[in-house]
Amino acid sequence: MTADKKELAVAALSAGTVIDHIPSSALFKAVKILGIANIHTPVTIGNNLPSKRLAAKGIIKVADVEFPEAVLNRIAIIAPTARINIIRDFKVVEKRQVELPEKVVGIVKCDNPKCITNNEPMSTVFHIVDRENTECVTLRCQYCNHTVTNSKAHLL
Amino acid sequence: MNTDSLVTIDGLTREDMLDIIRMASYFEEHPNHRILEGKVVATLFFEPSTRTRLSFETAVNRLGGRIIGFSDAATSSSSKGETLKDTIKMVSNYVDLIIMRHYLEGAARYAAEVTDVPVINAGDGANQHPSQTMLDLYSIYKTQGTLDGLTITMVGDLKYGRTVHSLLMAMRHFNPTFRFVACNELRMPDEYKLFCDKNGIRYSEHTDFSPAVIDTSDIIYMTRVQRERFTDIMEYEKVKDLYTLRNSMLDSSRPNLRILHPLPRVNEIAYDVDDNPKAYYFDQARNGLFTRQALICRALGIDPLAYKNHRP
Repeated sequence: MTADKKELAVAALSAGTVIDHIPSSALFKAVKILGIANIHTPVTIGNNLPSKRLAAKGIIKVADVEFPEAVLNRIAIIAPTARINIIRDFKVVEKRQVELPEKVVGIVKCDNPKCITNNEPMSTVFHIVDRENTECVTLRCQYCNHTVTNSKAHLL
Repeated sequence: MNTDSLVTIDGLTREDMLDIIRMASYFEEHPNHRILEGKVVATLFFEPSTRTRLSFETAVNRLGGRIIGFSDAATSSSSKGETLKDTIKMVSNYVDLIIMRHYLEGAARYAAEVTDVPVINAGDGANQHPSQTMLDLYSIYKTQGTLDGLTITMVGDLKYGRTVHSLLMAMRHFNPTFRFVACNELRMPDEYKLFCDKNGIRYSEHTDFSPAVIDTSDIIYMTRVQRERFTDIMEYEKVKDLYTLRNSMLDSSRPNLRILHPLPRVNEIAYDVDDNPKAYYFDQARNGLFTRQALICRALGIDPLAYKNHRP
């Protein structure tokens, strides 16, 4: 039995979604992006947990909710290492890594004050510059072409 | 987004650029060609830019089109708090083409997204000014007879200069060799050097505007070094005259060399260069008219050469 499974057993989630291996620094951003505040089923959030791969990790467990893939992938920009576990009847039925979306709409704020997106009632749109580099994700604003790295990105 | 819009220079392929150059040279021979009869064009200038506006408006007038618009945001409803989207939607009801200058970066792209009327970007903040790049390409083509395999030396403010960045990106289709001549504070940003590396473009960097650089160039593209770009004013005083081109510096330059400058110039080109046949910056500005006539026709899907042949 792996360490992962032991942890999941402790939480005893009968059904729902576990998002594991979120870098600690990105945990609360992930909570915000997924709109966890508006979920009414039991939610467990853990942070600064020991991890073999990360310095410290965060985890989000949401009972009885399965998010659409596109929604989960939105956290890939701030937590490219995150792993999704879908639980049904106490079993992990699906396990996968989040994937960087083609474009990131309405999540990240452009840090260029002269960008049109900061001056009009409109959504921001960012494209991933270098998809290969998951360590440091660089986003380029579709409108003003300014770039921002994921660790420095401000969320809307 | 409507595909006839011209928002960034990256939106143009090598063939697009050569087509526009062909059209521009046609307009140079036939500047008064009334193929926009019955068309109305809006020139929306949210920030004043007399040079660019007059050039575009002359282009429309010489093509026989009509113009509506404003030359300053203070005289538009944006001063009442109207969003750009609403202004564009409203104007789209009236016109066949929108030519827009805006102080915000990305404004042209957004405008092109919210309307079905084609939009030509006449400059959006520090972001893009594709008609300037096209007139630079036309000027290079006209003076050299080709765009391929040229040695282009860029001098002055290579850090903030929007025109040099766009020209560099546009030239990727034409196998250029670049020389970047600038002081350390204003040198070419890494982003663009990386772009050169990725596209197999040869370049070298120099802090000296030396005879070795000048005498091996086909094009010297001068830019203005502005005092406000410097964090250290002592540094500005030290370098401000290092990148001034004087007539005597051109004595052993190549016969085909031409000097380009997006204008306005201050002191980076001495006045004694003006009479040298290698000085091309005033003709370059004139080429802007023909290039803009070509860009307007392209955006409206009109081929002036085909039109000429089918005219009764």
